[in-house]
Amino acid sequence: MTPPRKMERPKDLAGSWKRLFSYSRQYKKHLIFALICAIGGTVLTLLGPDKLSEMTDLISAPMMSLKAALEQGGDLSSVRLRIDMDGVFAIGVTLVVFYLTSTLLSMMQGRVMATVTQRISQQLRGDISTKINRLPMSFYNRTTTGDILSRVTNDVDTIGQSLNQSISTLVTSMTQLLGALVLMFAHNIWMTLTAIAASLLGFVVMFVIMGRSQKYFMRQQENLGRVNGHIEEIYAGHNVVKAYNGEKAAREHFIYLNETLRKSGFRAMCLSSLMQPLMGFVGNLGYVAVCVVGGLLVMDGAIGIGSIVAFIMYVRFFTQPLSQIAQAMQSMQSAGAAGERVFSFLDAEEMPDESEKTDKLTTVKGLVEFEHVRFGYEDSDRIIIHDFSAVAKPGQKIAIVGPTGAGKTTLVNLLMRFHELNGGEIRIDGVPISMMRREEVHEQFCMVLQDTWLFEGTLRENLIYCSENATEEKIKAACKAVGLDHFVRTLPNGYDTVLNENVSLSQGEKQQLTIARAMIADKPMLILDEATSSVDTRTELKIQKAMDQLMENRTSFVIAHRLSTIKDADLILVLRDGDVVESGTHEELLHKDGFYAELYNSQFDQSA
Amino acid sequence: MLKLFRILKRRDWLLAAFSVALIVAQVWLDLKLPDYTQEITLFLQMPHVNMNDVLLAGGNMLLCAVGSLLSSVLVALCVAHIATNFGAYLRLRMFDRVQAFSMQEIGGFSTASLITRSTNDITQVQMVLVMGLQVIVKAPITAAWAIAKIWNKSWQWTFSTGVAIFILLVMVLIVMVTVMPKFKKLQKMTDELNRVTRENLTGIRVVRAYNAEAYQESKFTEANDNLTHTHLYTQRIMATMMPTIALVMNGLSLAINWIGAYLVQKAPLEAKMELFSNMVTFLSYAMQVVISFMLLVVVFIILPRASVSARRIREVLDTEPKILDGTHNEGTCIGEVEFRNVTFSYPDAQEPAISKISFKVRRGQTLAFIGATGSGKSTVINLIPRFYDATSGEVLVDGRNVREYTQEALRRKLGYISQKAVLFSGTVESNVDFGDNKCENVLPALQTAQAAEFVEKMPDGKDSYIAQGGTNLSGGQKQRISIARAIARKPEILIFDDSFSALDYKTDRILREALKTSCKDSTKIIVAQRIGTIRDADSIVVLEEGEIAGSGTHEMLMKTCEAYRQIAYSQLSKEELQ
Repeated sequence: MTPPRKMERPKDLAGSWKRLFSYSRQYKKHLIFALICAIGGTVLTLLGPDKLSEMTDLISAPMMSLKAALEQGGDLSSVRLRIDMDGVFAIGVTLVVFYLTSTLLSMMQGRVMATVTQRISQQLRGDISTKINRLPMSFYNRTTTGDILSRVTNDVDTIGQSLNQSISTLVTSMTQLLGALVLMFAHNIWMTLTAIAASLLGFVVMFVIMGRSQKYFMRQQENLGRVNGHIEEIYAGHNVVKAYNGEKAAREHFIYLNETLRKSGFRAMCLSSLMQPLMGFVGNLGYVAVCVVGGLLVMDGAIGIGSIVAFIMYVRFFTQPLSQIAQAMQSMQSAGAAGERVFSFLDAEEMPDESEKTDKLTTVKGLVEFEHVRFGYEDSDRIIIHDFSAVAKPGQKIAIVGPTGAGKTTLVNLLMRFHELNGGEIRIDGVPISMMRREEVHEQFCMVLQDTWLFEGTLRENLIYCSENATEEKIKAACKAVGLDHFVRTLPNGYDTVLNENVSLSQGEKQQLTIARAMIADKPMLILDEATSSVDTRTELKIQKAMDQLMENRTSFVIAHRLSTIKDADLILVLRDGDVVESGTHEELLHKDGFYAELYNSQFDQSA
Repeated sequence: MLKLFRILKRRDWLLAAFSVALIVAQVWLDLKLPDYTQEITLFLQMPHVNMNDVLLAGGNMLLCAVGSLLSSVLVALCVAHIATNFGAYLRLRMFDRVQAFSMQEIGGFSTASLITRSTNDITQVQMVLVMGLQVIVKAPITAAWAIAKIWNKSWQWTFSTGVAIFILLVMVLIVMVTVMPKFKKLQKMTDELNRVTRENLTGIRVVRAYNAEAYQESKFTEANDNLTHTHLYTQRIMATMMPTIALVMNGLSLAINWIGAYLVQKAPLEAKMELFSNMVTFLSYAMQVVISFMLLVVVFIILPRASVSARRIREVLDTEPKILDGTHNEGTCIGEVEFRNVTFSYPDAQEPAISKISFKVRRGQTLAFIGATGSGKSTVINLIPRFYDATSGEVLVDGRNVREYTQEALRRKLGYISQKAVLFSGTVESNVDFGDNKCENVLPALQTAQAAEFVEKMPDGKDSYIAQGGTNLSGGQKQRISIARAIARKPEILIFDDSFSALDYKTDRILREALKTSCKDSTKIIVAQRIGTIRDADSIVVLEEGEIAGSGTHEMLMKTCEAYRQIAYSQLSKEELQ
């Protein structure tokens, strides 16, 4: 029994299959070869029973003639009681050749198909990965990581499996069906009609039932989703559920969902497990019909017993491909749905091509100007940054503060050209960043973010990341500067220790690592986006020294939650709802006694 | 895996027994069909064929086919019933067990793994149960019965059938040995591919900031190539399997015919006819035997995967919850929490997470914990609602050891707010009025938690929809709703596990002020990172590497505790602290 597949109806099945075929175009020769093998193999499989029935006829020939002689009055002397053993031998040898050839052909076909579909899957996965890096940042605000991951693995796997199975199944089944029909008709029209009628009757019944089961499958799938969702939620919030004595309510809801799932699951499973017996019955029905009609025909002397034997096989060859075609269609449908998801991702609008942009910065001084910058995410009408202007002189430390949602991170994202402006301009040393290639903009900034991003790989790989000319000295110097050198020495393999779940790094150590990475990258300017807010204050003290060193002689942009870290900034920009409401140095702003002073004082308000 | 089936109830077992009987009947009917074929072939070879005989045999055949259909439909119904019941029982049993777990057991499995075990793994096992009940029962019966029927017909034929089965088994064995290990590897490589992709996605800003797109892609290509190679290897081997099976089956029918030719030739005249019809029946029986064996083999290929799932389920069911209920419902006083020389080690950890912690807090007082990340603040707090039990020493609430209470009674006294806000899908109200909270307290609680303002702005006020995990709210909003949930309990003791850090300073301050008036009788225990949040607490405990480095009021600690001073100065300047 096949597991109930997730029933998905693709919107444009033909379209997504067309795309899939365009992927296989480069394997045209392989595919044609596979098709020839498939057809050849199938024809031989079909001819097999025919030959075999000849052998059966040869074996029964003496008895039949004996019977004929008996019926006609008993002259037994003329009856040949010897079986034509030479004939049997000749047929046997032919069959051996047939069977071996057809096995060889189907093996080759299977191998080629496996290769082609795996290569296509590989290419699809590769294309998705390339696409990830070509999509605008705003795409990731709308899509979850899990969703893209499931396209890379699940969807591509589904496509691969269905391509592998359904194409070759369709070809062999069609050939088998046609071939069986031809051979059956060639043998005997009446028996053929009997077999077809019996099989069709069975299939009509089956399709009626299966058509109805569709909605039960969908319902089961929905309910399964609900149960899983509830389990996920309750397990993840386990301590809260317990702390509030919410177990009883959670259990009651679970029982309700579980029972609904059980009921819909029962219906769906009943119907799907009827499939097999029904298939069996269709087979049996054909078998009985052929035996009876065949028997009658043999009595009339219209056919030999061998034909019945052959027909019993043909009925199988006739009913089998029908159900296989039905299955292949179903799997083509789910491949279509998966393909649709993959292609909708691959078709998502990319960032504009910039190969023609040539503006380059040679020696960057670090003058950054924001002029009437205006920005809102493309999928919403809300403007996040209304009219932002500021100038950072070379070497200055610019702090950006403000409550959550004020647009601080958006601002540095704009500076990095992760998003395109709706209005205004940002210039580095007088050159608008929109005139440069994105890579060129990125080239100017080291960036340290709140969520320390490390990957599974050696410490060295994590530090160098993809900086060119990172010498051993440079790495050591950077680690020393951030105070990691001692930690590295405690690791079993020093810089070659692989960072994975087994190596537990504290949040502070991780942050130190990413700062060291930024130092090694050694770019002209610096962006710190809440770089220390997930670190406790004592660790922060340690890291602060490293960061101060990093900021030396670099134009730096610092976003911070803890206002204590930015008191010495050359310019503090206070953001609120996307606008600069105040700006100046720490003292100036405190003196003003405005929003900044309020923010600052609230962190140690005695009265609270 | 078999042990899991104990979960089935008596009625299900009766149904199972009934299905087995039905399957036997079905096999009998299926095997009856070739008998009638034999009859028909015999009739046909007789001189003076009787038309009625042939039709009668045909009618009987049809009856058999219909009977077989009926019984298999009934079996399908029974099996569906048993299997869905099994899944439902098992899911409920798992759910209950996980609910009974303390954080310790949950931590041992990890939440993600428990979720997979309760969902996918159960589906896997259920699927095998469906197949198993039909195939595992039916195939051996068919095989044995068919073998019995053909056993004494001719040893040459039986021998060929034996050879065919032998070849099939050897082939399956070879495939199992070569492909199975690769299948395991395949899973690893898929994980690897997922990891690299996830890495690229979660670090997309870093990747772009460092212009590392090509670097990431080369990593992906490597993972992709590895996966593809392994896929190719397994699929190519699997591609040879079906043709080989077909070859064996075809070869067997040829062999039976060919041998038959010689046997019939040699047989005396009277036996020829019977021998021939024997051959025709033998053919179909032999096919039945081979097909049964193939089905069994398929089950044995799927079985290992299911038994892994079954084992994972059993691991959960066999884990006894470590935290058990006491008998008391009430303490001896109100709003008091005391730790007496408490030490706690996480399982498998060498060092205790906290050691020799003692403190006491009275009704209406505020006690705060501060310290570096990893200093054990949250651990201390988790011992109060018995998320864990202390390794040694005593944790007392209202003058009674927490182990003596029923868990429900203990937690009724407490309002706990976790570090990361936990919201459930539903409405704002259903999230505040959660568990044994009283629904009339929702609005005032929202007000105290500074959540009333933004909740009113939501489309349906307090009936507004909240997505799973609260993804349609900001971090600060989620935290305020979870604080409202604790306040709505009107608990004796409020526990904040670093619950203020998602709030901006201003909201943090106003909220704490509101708490002072509306929950003045509640004892408050606060874990915090910001000095500002806790400096006015009645007592502050400074933790360093799991031990108390100092305790007292802010002023006292500024004078006496070096660790506290360091934290304070890192956040505020000297003047501000005066």
